[in-house]
Amino acid sequence: MSTPRKQVILGAYLGGVNHHTAWWHPEAGSQIDFSSFEHTARTAERGKFDFFFLAEGLALRERAGEIFDQDIIGRPDTLTVLASLAAVTEHLGLAGTINTTFNEPYELARQFASLDHLSGGRAAWNVVTSFDAFTGQNFRRGGFLDPADRYVRAEETLSAVRVLWDSWSAADLVADKATGRYLGRPDAGAFAFHGSQFDIAGRFTVPRSPQGRPVILQAGVSPQGRDFAAANADAIFSPYAELREAAKFYRDIKARAVASGRAADDIKILPSASFVLGDTEAEAVEKYHAVRNEQVTGQTALILLEQIWNRDLSGYDPEGPVPDIDPDPDAAPIIQGRAFVHQDRFATVRRLREVAEAKKLTLREVVIDQFERGPLVGTPAQVAEQIDTFVQDNGSDGFILGSHLVPWGLDEFVDKVVPLLQDRGALRTEYTGTTLRDNLGLRAARTATTVSAGT
Amino acid sequence: MGSKLHLGAALDGAGWHPAAWREPNSRPAELFTPAYWTDLATTAQRGLLDFVTIDDSLSVPGDRRAPTDGALDRVRARIDAQLIAARIAPVTRHLGLIPTITTTHTEPFHVSKAIATLDYTSRGRAGWQARVSGTAAEAAHFGRRPLRELTAAELAEVAAAGTFPDFVHDRFAEAADAVEVVRRLWDSWEDGAEIRDVATRRFIDRDKLHYIDFQGRHFGVRGPSITPRPPQGQPVVTALAHAPLIYEFAARGADLVFVTPTREAGPAPILEQVAAAAAQVGRAGEALRVYADLVVFLDSDQETGPHRLARLNEASGAEFGSDAPIFAGSADELAELLIEWSAQGVDGFRLRPGVAVDDLAAIADRLVPALQQRGVFRTGYPDGSLRALLDLPTTVPNRYATA
Repeated sequence: MSTPRKQVILGAYLGGVNHHTAWWHPEAGSQIDFSSFEHTARTAERGKFDFFFLAEGLALRERAGEIFDQDIIGRPDTLTVLASLAAVTEHLGLAGTINTTFNEPYELARQFASLDHLSGGRAAWNVVTSFDAFTGQNFRRGGFLDPADRYVRAEETLSAVRVLWDSWSAADLVADKATGRYLGRPDAGAFAFHGSQFDIAGRFTVPRSPQGRPVILQAGVSPQGRDFAAANADAIFSPYAELREAAKFYRDIKARAVASGRAADDIKILPSASFVLGDTEAEAVEKYHAVRNEQVTGQTALILLEQIWNRDLSGYDPEGPVPDIDPDPDAAPIIQGRAFVHQDRFATVRRLREVAEAKKLTLREVVIDQFERGPLVGTPAQVAEQIDTFVQDNGSDGFILGSHLVPWGLDEFVDKVVPLLQDRGALRTEYTGTTLRDNLGLRAARTATTVSAGT
Repeated sequence: MGSKLHLGAALDGAGWHPAAWREPNSRPAELFTPAYWTDLATTAQRGLLDFVTIDDSLSVPGDRRAPTDGALDRVRARIDAQLIAARIAPVTRHLGLIPTITTTHTEPFHVSKAIATLDYTSRGRAGWQARVSGTAAEAAHFGRRPLRELTAAELAEVAAAGTFPDFVHDRFAEAADAVEVVRRLWDSWEDGAEIRDVATRRFIDRDKLHYIDFQGRHFGVRGPSITPRPPQGQPVVTALAHAPLIYEFAARGADLVFVTPTREAGPAPILEQVAAAAAQVGRAGEALRVYADLVVFLDSDQETGPHRLARLNEASGAEFGSDAPIFAGSADELAELLIEWSAQGVDGFRLRPGVAVDDLAAIADRLVPALQQRGVFRTGYPDGSLRALLDLPTTVPNRYATA
């Protein structure tokens, strides 16, 4: 008997504010109406996906002080959408990005534990940090956080949230009508956490949720971020689409997890990817280029580059060469409200110039080439093979898939690629577990047996 | 009088009586499961109720006047009300959903987009019960600023003279700012701001988005909201109030205020106080709607309401007390009382089921038919939003719109 094939983890992503979503497509639907979220989530569940994933935005993007008007603007509240989706799905994990900077541990612990109860054990939290004063203007706390403290705060937030989740054990909820005993002990939920960021104590009101601890997702690229994620996360986003780079990242994260006392399999690695399918490979490639060409207009390309250069580039010709000036890292940000993912502006600029020269690309073409999330392009059989091979070769444990067409784009993948993955034995044909942790192949969260008041 | 009696229900765990969870039909181990809440919502909708409120706080539930630390026989647990409302939104169709969210430690930006989104996922049925987090326990859960509580002497002063110390005024002033910010954020996108103009590739008309630039004594918020204007324009804002200071808070920012008359005096004195508060803060436009709260223990086939209440009191070992008047009796008697108080000028009622599963079912299956027989309650839901159901204007002008 052969060993069972490594199972591909699949997440579905509803495209939000970005340059990947084709809002002008005649069939494109709303990014706000619940029906769009419901359709995508139901489709993902039909395809036996592990989870549905939502990003977060806390301030509308601006360019040079004006709100963007070319891209999609606006999104609904993440936790509210996920709780409503719990009503229209049965098995699908519900993952939300929520910031540790503009939320407090007590409310984060409460919201995700509540979502876990209300979904029967399907909640996941993508822990992100933010420190920018621009977003802070929407919050009474303001932009108070020193950038140097953001991992400290994130780490303490997560520790405090776990103290809160662990403040109830399963045995604390007795609810025995005959004896009149509701609680197993009088101080169920008692907690205290003292750190450099938080000094909190009291009673947590949410009884232990089905997963005990909702699933933790994180991104981590820098060495500091990698260590943090490897030690804390159940799954981590990988930025790598190319197998060799991806496999190196995969080995590194698993090694760091082991070094922090966990099993390699305790952490799953998931890149995000877009997909374009065609009846033939040529048709798929042509469709892919057409979609990208439409998505990245000249203006969109310039705005994306302005984020790197931090300069007004509106005088440059999108069909001309990459701008010949240097970035200006010290100026006030020209683009506000968009996460800046490039660690080193000068290195990024160098790479763009090299790629443009090597491939003979215009400014706009080089943006199309470089600002993509690992596209899966081909016939359904080719895409199924790309996914399966990437996972079996330990480039990742699965993918988080987004489509340029909201909300119908995922249908094609579920109808055409999912059956092929199932035929290969790489994807379940029925959900096997009752919780998201089960379905992801994660071990059950340790059940707190003792009161964890005081740390 | 007419047929315009308004009726909602207040949900809180197993019910408002501390021993409610021990009743035969209660499901105490399921209070945190979706099935429990969808069953309650379905019952309320069967009774054609206007709305349910879902109670919440950022501390352990319990009677603040009678500390229950150490008690093993109380449901000292609850989950997030906003998320419960979101969970039941897709499985209900007509019922208004009004979660409690506190204002003291939460961010109005989050509250605004959460309620706006509930309005989207419920297709126009969202409301908000704004509540101040007044306890030191809640403040300790956040650790950002200590909050003083009223001392015994100050409480006595409040009871005797109805005047609050300055720090309580401050907290309600801050809450009023929070409500103002939430409402401005709801207006920060004009209707139709999303234009999807393919020719010019403009997704929105940025002239229809507005910075709120709120600067108050306690905090500032810039805006606009990340979430477009909700379907109702302005979801329904409510508050529970027991004193002139809180009536003023409600008169500043709420559409509905829940009040707690006594059985002896009836609602007339409070209605006068609410009207005075509205005048005091210079409320203009729509009148503040006043809903009387009552905790109810209704007759069942086997037992009278008073007998049920007595049995529950015995189980909890104490006489049940509440801020709201307590009604124990038949559905017909309650119907008469509601009609009488309506005639005195109350706009509607929010009934707090003493035992959630039993009394909510009795409201739907006994009280509502009794009201229908008297011709004062609807016999079917009209199509429309929660605002329409509550006879609030369904077209809400946007403060930022210029056209």
